[in-house]
Parts: sequence; C-alpha cells; structure tokens
Amino acid sequence: MSSSARYFESPVGSAEPPLGAAELERRLDELVGAVLSSRRTAAGLARGLAEQARPLQDFVLRWAGVAAKSSPELAYQFAGLAARAVGELGYAGAERWLLAAMDVYDREGLYRASAELKDLAAFVERAREGAWGVSFAEVAGVLETFVAGLAGRRLKLAPAETAWTDSATLFLPQRITLFASRAENFRVYKVSAALLWAQTRFGSFALALADYSGTPRELELLNLLEALRLAARLEHELPGLHRDLEALSRPALGAEFGPARERLRAPGASAADSLAALRRLPASARAPDWPFLGTLDPARALAVRDERVARDKQALRAALQHWSDERGDEGLPPLDGESLASGAAAPPEDVQRLVQSLRQDLGELPADCLLPAGESPYPAHAREAAAAADRADGGEEAGALRYDEWDHRRGHYRRHWCVLRERDVQPGDPAFVEAALERFRPQIRQLRRTFEALRGEDRRLRGEPFGEDVDLDALVRARAELAAGGELGERLFVRRARRERDMVALFMVDMSGSTKGWINDCERHALVLLCEALEALGDRYAIYGFSGLTRKRCEVYRVKRFDEPYGLAVRERIAGIQALDYTRMGAAIRHLSGILARQPARTRLLLTLSDGKPDDFSDGYRGEYGIEDTRQALIEARRSGVHPFCITIDRAASGYLPHMYGAVNYTVVADVARLPTKLAELYRRLTA
Amino acid sequence: MAQEGDFRLEREPYYRPLHGEVELFEAAWRNRLPVLLKGPTGCGKTRLVEFMAWRLGRSLVTVSCHDDLTAADLAGRYLVTAGETVWVDGPMTRAVRLGAILYLDEIVEARKDTTVVIHPLADDRRALFLEKRGEVLHAPPEFMLAISYNPGYQSVLKELKQSTRQRFVAIDFDYPAAEVEAAIVARESGVDAATAQALVKLAHMTRNLKGNGLDEGASTRLLVHAGKLIAQGVAPRTACEGAVALALSDEREMLAALNELVSSVF
Repeated sequence: MSSSARYFESPVGSAEPPLGAAELERRLDELVGAVLSSRRTAAGLARGLAEQARPLQDFVLRWAGVAAKSSPELAYQFAGLAARAVGELGYAGAERWLLAAMDVYDREGLYRASAELKDLAAFVERAREGAWGVSFAEVAGVLETFVAGLAGRRLKLAPAETAWTDSATLFLPQRITLFASRAENFRVYKVSAALLWAQTRFGSFALALADYSGTPRELELLNLLEALRLAARLEHELPGLHRDLEALSRPALGAEFGPARERLRAPGASAADSLAALRRLPASARAPDWPFLGTLDPARALAVRDERVARDKQALRAALQHWSDERGDEGLPPLDGESLASGAAAPPEDVQRLVQSLRQDLGELPADCLLPAGESPYPAHAREAAAAADRADGGEEAGALRYDEWDHRRGHYRRHWCVLRERDVQPGDPAFVEAALERFRPQIRQLRRTFEALRGEDRRLRGEPFGEDVDLDALVRARAELAAGGELGERLFVRRARRERDMVALFMVDMSGSTKGWINDCERHALVLLCEALEALGDRYAIYGFSGLTRKRCEVYRVKRFDEPYGLAVRERIAGIQALDYTRMGAAIRHLSGILARQPARTRLLLTLSDGKPDDFSDGYRGEYGIEDTRQALIEARRSGVHPFCITIDRAASGYLPHMYGAVNYTVVADVARLPTKLAELYRRLTA
Repeated sequence: MAQEGDFRLEREPYYRPLHGEVELFEAAWRNRLPVLLKGPTGCGKTRLVEFMAWRLGRSLVTVSCHDDLTAADLAGRYLVTAGETVWVDGPMTRAVRLGAILYLDEIVEARKDTTVVIHPLADDRRALFLEKRGEVLHAPPEFMLAISYNPGYQSVLKELKQSTRQRFVAIDFDYPAAEVEAAIVARESGVDAATAQALVKLAHMTRNLKGNGLDEGASTRLLVHAGKLIAQGVAPRTACEGAVALALSDEREMLAALNELVSSVF
C-alpha cells in the first residue's frame, strides 16, 4: 500500500491549459471508437471532461487508453465515471478502482467488470475501510497514554457508536473513515478524545441534571457550544491541538453563532455560559456536521459523576479520619478547602487525589466532605456470605498454618487470625503452554538471548592490561623475559570480573476472581515466558498463586517450588491456574516471604502480580484495613531481608500502591495484553 | 601529578537556588559534613555541586560511578612502567590531597564494595586508608565529599545502604515549580519565555505518565536540550521529538503518544 500522501499527487504537471471538448472527443474516438455508434458518441463524455482540469483530463485519457486495450467498453464506462472516482478516491485510488475492475474483467468478463466499475460507492467504502480507515483498536493505546499525559483523573477508553463520555470513560467510534488519509482520520480521533477529556476536565457536567433538559436539537447545539467553549480554553493551553481542532471545524459556523462564540471565549466561561448562550441562539440555528463532534449525554454522565462523588466523599472522609488519627489530633482536624488546596497542611497523597477529583467534578469542595468519618459500612449480603464461609470451613485441619493479621485501627496484631493452607494447583492442559510457546516463539528467543547475557561470572582474571592489583606471577614472568632481552609485557594486572548473580525470586500470582478471563490468560502467558527467560538466566525462582475467602480460608497454591525443576508438571500447573475467590494478601505475603527468607541468597525478591487492591469479603478487610495489613506484611517481609515489588494492571494503583510498597517498588502495566512480554522484561530491569 | 588548577572552575556556573539548598550546602561544608543529593535525573544536582565549588572557591573532582568502578579506581593503584612499579593516585586520593570537593555522581551505580571505601572519609574520621601503600591520608578541613543518588530506580540492587546513607546530610531535589523551571529553561537555552513555558507544560505531561509506561518524566535537562535546538532554529515539534520523546522511550506506542502531546503543545 502506498503512503497517504500519494493520493493527492497529480500524475502529471498541471501547467498546461485544459483540452477543449472537440480535441477530447477526437482522442476518445481513437481510444474507444470500437464501442461507439451513431447513437452512442464520445461527445457527451468529451463535454463533461472539458470542464475538468488538465491533469484529470490527462489521467482519464491515459487510463482509458490502458483499459481500451482490454475492453473498449470498460474504457468508455471508465471515462464516464473517472472524474467522480478521482474526486472520491484521489488519483492513486481511482487507479486501483480501475485496475480492480480490469482484474474482474480478466476473470469473469465484461458484465461483472462493468458492474464492479459502476459500483463506485461500494469501492470507495471498501477502500476507506481498508486503506485509510483508522480503527479504535489501533489508536486506543496511544490515545489512552495521550489523555493520561494531559493530566487530571485517569480515564478509560472504550469503543462506541459515537464519541461521548460518561465522565469516567471516553467512548470513541469503532472506526473513522471520513478522510482519505490515515493521518487525518487519526486526527479526528485525537481531537475527539481531547475534547471529551476537556469536557471532564473543565466542568461540562458540573451543573444539575435539570439544567440540561431540552430537545435533542438543543442538546446537539449545547454540545457544539461546549465544544466552542472548550476549544477557546485549549487555544491557550494547547495551541497545537487547537490548530488541529480548527482544521477539522469545517464547514465554518454561520453568523448566528458569532455572539455565542465571542461570549464563550471569555476566560472563566463555564458550562452555565454555554447554556445561557444556547437560549439566545435563533431558532434557525443548526449544529454543523463537524467530524469530531460526538454526542452529549448529561444524564448518564451525571449519574456516573454522582456515584463517583459519593464514593470520593466517603473515601475522603475515611482518609481524613485516618490522617487525623495518624497526626493524633483531638477531634476534627482544622481543615477547609483552602488549606487542602494550598498544601499548607501537607495532606497525604490519597487525600490530595480525592480532593482534586472532587474539585474536578464539582468545581469546589462541598463542606460536608471535610468531616472525617469512620469506615463505610459493608453491604449486608457480603457479611452474610462471609459468615457462611466462616461457619462452613471454620474447623482445624492438618497442614493449616496460622498467621497474625495487622489491625491498623487497634495498632495491634490480631494473633493467629488467618488460617492458611498450601495447596497444589490442579494440573491443566499442557497444550496451553505449548500454544503459548508457539505463539511467543520470537519473543522467547529474544528473551533467552537477553537473559543469557545477564548471567554473571565471578572470577579473578589474571594477566589483564589493567586491573585493581598487580599480577605478581605475570610480573615475575615479565621481569624474567625482560632480563632475557625480551619486551616488558602489558598484561600484568589482576581484575575481578562482575559478581555472580546471587538472587532468588518468588512470584506471587493473583488468583482472585477478578482475574477471570483474559487477565488470567495473560498471567499464564506471562509465567510461561518468564520461566523460559529465567531458565536461561539461571536465577532460582518459585511461583505461587494466592486466593482466599475469609480469614479462615487463605490459600496459596504451589505452581513451582524453589527445588522443583521447570518441567512438565510445572507447565501443567501453570496451565491450571484459575481465577478463584478474593485477595486477602497479608497472610499470603507473610507465608511466602517466610519461604523466601529461608532461601540462601544475597538478594531475595518477592514479586506480586496483581490486578487490584487487597480485598476480602469479611472482617472489614476491604479498603483501608486490607491495605494497612498488606503494608504491614510487606514491612515484615522487608525486615526479614526480602525485597517486595508489585506488578499490577490496576490503573488506579498509584492511589494505594506507593503507600503499600513504597513509591518506586511497583509498576503498572497499562496494557494487559503486553503483560506476557513485559513481566520478564521488568524482572530483568529490576535485577540488572 | 595533576595540578590543583586543573580542577578549578573557570566561570561561574548558572544555578538558580530553589529552597535554601545553597545555604545548607555551605553550612555542611563549613562543618565538614558530607552531602547526599537525591532526586530524579536532570534536575540540577550536578549543577549545584559545580556552583558550590565555584562559590566556595574549591577544586571539583567528579567521578561518574559505574558498575565496574572498583575501590582501586577511586583510591589509586600501582602501575608498572619501565620495570618499576609506580603509585598513581586515583581521583578520590587526589581530591583529598587537593582539599577539593569530591563528587561521586550516581553513587548507587558503583559496586557495593566500592561504596564502603568512602565510609571513613564520610564520618568524623575524615581519613582515607590507602591499604596498598599502608598510608593514611587525613582530609584537610576544606575537603568535602558529595554524592548523588536517584531514588527513582526500580532495582533492588540500586538502593543505597543504610550504613552509607546515614553518614550524609541529605538535600532533596525535585523539579522546580513551573514558573521557575520555565525561567531556568529560558535562561539556559536562550528560547523566549512562551516557548520555555510550553516546554515545561510538555514536561509536566510526561511526568503525568510516570508509572504509566514511563520510568521518569522529562527532566529539566531534556527541556534545556530541546530549547537549545529550538533556539538554533529547529522547528519546536522536531526538537521535542528528538530531545524529549525519543530520549524518554523506545516503545513505539509510547512514542506515538508523546509525539501527540508534543504536537498538542506546539
């Protein structure tokens, strides 16, 4: 496929004047005379072509000539449609359209070829789909990072019919084929995404639901006015983006929008101003068909917003409570919106994040969020289910280990609180591993090479040209040679080569219910690749899964023990990793870091592969308690000489992981599909 | 043997004080305390040391640490020349003899056993043991040890040992506030204020991506590089693609996203 730029090239120079109708008719006669008659002449064709520019005329004549060699009839039909085809497809596209028809002629004859040629619209559609269309899947990764870079709350991207946002997810069309180049279609995606981002960032949904009521036409116009307001806002902040937006704002707006546009350019213009402007628009005003304008759905956006606001408020109050506990304040901390914003009180990161999120949604902080409150109550059904699980599996059992759990509210451990068992993973189908090895063959080869290069050796290299110390043997030899009339050699030093890698790693894989489906597949793929890489490297490693339901049923699943070779049994167990229950992480970390701490090595690494926060049904483990217990378990692990590190696919992780693992001891793999190749790479970087 | 003059700074390095670190550094020097500078790459750690060396009128010996840096590389070694073994001072020994400021850049990159050599120099003994010569060098009062360290590294092998870090007065660095950073970029690269602000805006966007595909956001140094290119007449987008986007990542998708951010700002 040629590059998009070619579609706009003219095939020949355009300096020459257009040919007249008579000259065109003469030339066409020469080419397609065989299918002309007294009733069917080239005169009509020539008249139509005479109005076109010279390059187009030349293009038609040249290609009609080519087509006529196969079929003058096809050439005649081509000449009649060519101008339209070039208009739709550009020269190169029109060329391919004709060639496609000629291929059909060769295979299936004139009748089908002619039908093919005449169905220009279908060809245009197909061509756009194939050649210039840009799909959501192609751009989602880039745009998601792009939007994250623009700042503000983390937003998800998802495909939909039109571009709109519910203030948490930006929905973008499945495919954009409006323009004849990929670059332009991508630009539509980018501008759409940026505008939706701006809606969430600059308060398009900051009003009450009643304010947005109106006819579909009014909503459409409001969407346009919001676009104008946000565009003005972007003009200063992101001039490059604004230029893109302007370029796509065709056709130009009518004069009836002039006053509204002026008003919305004012600094500090808000959604309320857009509404005011909407009421002043004349009844005849119609929103233009700009490609990046999606739809506005305030009802759904506000529903999502209100839910989030309620959640954020609750979380903020809990966080404030926690903070004031930590500071040992009596009663309420002396807080107001100002002190939080100015940072004078230096609130913790999670408080700042919540305050920012609330401000983004509401424009200001409502006073009621600033009252600290205790933990939110748990839903009744969760309590019941947990109690049932508690009763069902409460008894003691051989092989059950008991672990303490940290209760941050008491500031004490709950002794022997969790019952943990080690189980074996039920072997799965080894074909899964075979398929993964096949699918990732090139990546595995690459990984093995990279990891082999890391394998260190610890040797004192003698006879080196430089080094820490003089190599006495070499020196004596050299002196002897010198005395014998030889030359003094240069290789007289001892150098110590890089230290051997003395490292063990334990991988702790999340088997909670939330990993069900393709996250689980990606985890298993990642483990296959990791094992291949680590076998090349020679580091000792073990793999355990963890899951649990209530404090009495914490489970870790053996996938590979340290002393076990990576063989068929291990592969079957990797294939057998399933999504099970909840994530009571504390007990699993305590158990596994115990195993790890018993391994003789200089560096011990505990890597957690997870998809979210610690969570369990019962005992208030969800939320802060779970986070604090996990944090405590990690602190214990660190004390016993284990380095914990977390790899997560939870994009909200920056809210709680720094607190649990420390700011640098975690990483977010934004794209789950990348996890398989990323995991081994992360391990390499972590230990290099 | 190297002369002291070789390690003197000729011109005053540009440094914009942020929050009293100049006074802190100077007080540490007067009290013969070693200094640990920590912060992300390219935020001015090295420049502060240069500036302080100039301000205090000291020579500056800089060692960029790497994972093959041995104790002998720092202290010195015997060389064999024309049938004789000759002792040659390493940079650390030289700095002690000169009463210079010894700056060990990115100390965690050095091997663990190497970092231990600086211990006696970093506490109140202020002495350097030259084991191979059986010599003890006492540092003159004007000698100072400064090390730098980037706590953002995600490697368990690149953490500074407690026994090392607890000998130092630490100065924490972060990227300066937006206006200050823009002023620094404008001053260092020669671009106008608007361009400098746009560059800083871009940097903030990349810093938003830290932990989401990028290990570090764009540093002030990268902005200065981009600014210098722009001041030379390179188109801003081209300059930022080369000096910022490509410098930050090799991943195709991340580069595409970074370039879209660049083209949104310029």
